[in-house]
Amino acid sequence: MAPLIVNEIISPDTNLLIAFLIGIGFGFVLEGSGFSSSRKLAGMFYGYDTTVLKVFFTAAITAMVGMLFFSLFGWIDLDFVYINPTYITSAIVGGVVMGVGFIMGGFCPGTAFCAISIGKLDALAFIGGLTLGIVFFTEGYPLFEEMYKANYLGTPTMNELLDIPRGVFALGLILMAFAMFWVGEWAEKKFPREEY
Amino acid sequence: MSEVKKTKYFNPYIGGVLLGLVLLAANFVSGRGLGASGAIKSAVVSTVNTVAPTHAENSAFYKNYNETHESPMKSWLVFQMMGVLVGGFLSGAFAKRLKFKVEHSPKITSKRRIIFAILGGMFFGFGSQLGRGCTSGSALSGMAVLSVGGFLTMACIFGTAFALAYFFRKNWI
Repeated sequence: MAPLIVNEIISPDTNLLIAFLIGIGFGFVLEGSGFSSSRKLAGMFYGYDTTVLKVFFTAAITAMVGMLFFSLFGWIDLDFVYINPTYITSAIVGGVVMGVGFIMGGFCPGTAFCAISIGKLDALAFIGGLTLGIVFFTEGYPLFEEMYKANYLGTPTMNELLDIPRGVFALGLILMAFAMFWVGEWAEKKFPREEY
Repeated sequence: MSEVKKTKYFNPYIGGVLLGLVLLAANFVSGRGLGASGAIKSAVVSTVNTVAPTHAENSAFYKNYNETHESPMKSWLVFQMMGVLVGGFLSGAFAKRLKFKVEHSPKITSKRRIIFAILGGMFFGFGSQLGRGCTSGSALSGMAVLSVGGFLTMACIFGTAFALAYFFRKNWI
């Protein structure tokens, strides 16, 4: 049955309309969770506010478990769901560079859009920076192409890598997330700060 | 104001479940996850196509992009990102958080905050292209489909930010 677009249950234009509606949900939840505040986001890295950790991992395990059950019930064919490809080198280098950007800028791209929607001008500056960074990549692409395409593994998933069933990996991740939530709650008590 | 400021935000676990359901809906309907940096890339490519068409034809990146994409602005992520602006605005309006301001630690000036926001954005923008997506597209959406690359990128983003937090502490706390 699903994904609806792949099985032509909805048209490409309807898909774009739904993208807009999904975006409204995305923006609403990000803002409502406090992701429009850079100091709240950065709080994650100092232990005084671990909202990011909690929201991010709860979202990841919710979607993961949802897809697992949908697939079990035959509601979604996971073969047609996009799996992010794995290019080891660029995943690591890109992630490290993004981490530098995160601690300096206090936003990531999605949260910056969410923040600009309520008038945060530092988010506007961040988006300006994002655009420059992207132009730097697209203009300099021949310089980065080799690294960009190095160590391609295809689209492996974590359970394939570890050679365990999908459900077992999911359970392990849920337990790990709960352990991190516990650490997060502890850190917030240890390094209290007022709400931003 | 009362002394103890009560949080005006969603409970983070409820927020997380809601965000997870949005991500699940994206996969269910469109067979793909959420994203953000891809929408800016669409805007960049579209701008280059318009203002410097010859450059776009001769430059490897834009040529490849235009050959593999129908029209840069008619993309799923662009529409999704317009939705994010509307959704964020609505949430901010309901919670009375709509206000123009530069948010920063009292220890630094607005100017310093803006400079760091631009610099951070540049790093993040560049990194998101190498990483084939940002925190939303690569880390969160990748993790939900158990992509090895998604987990790796997530670990590198948060790991690096944690490792460098000490050096930028004045900006935040």
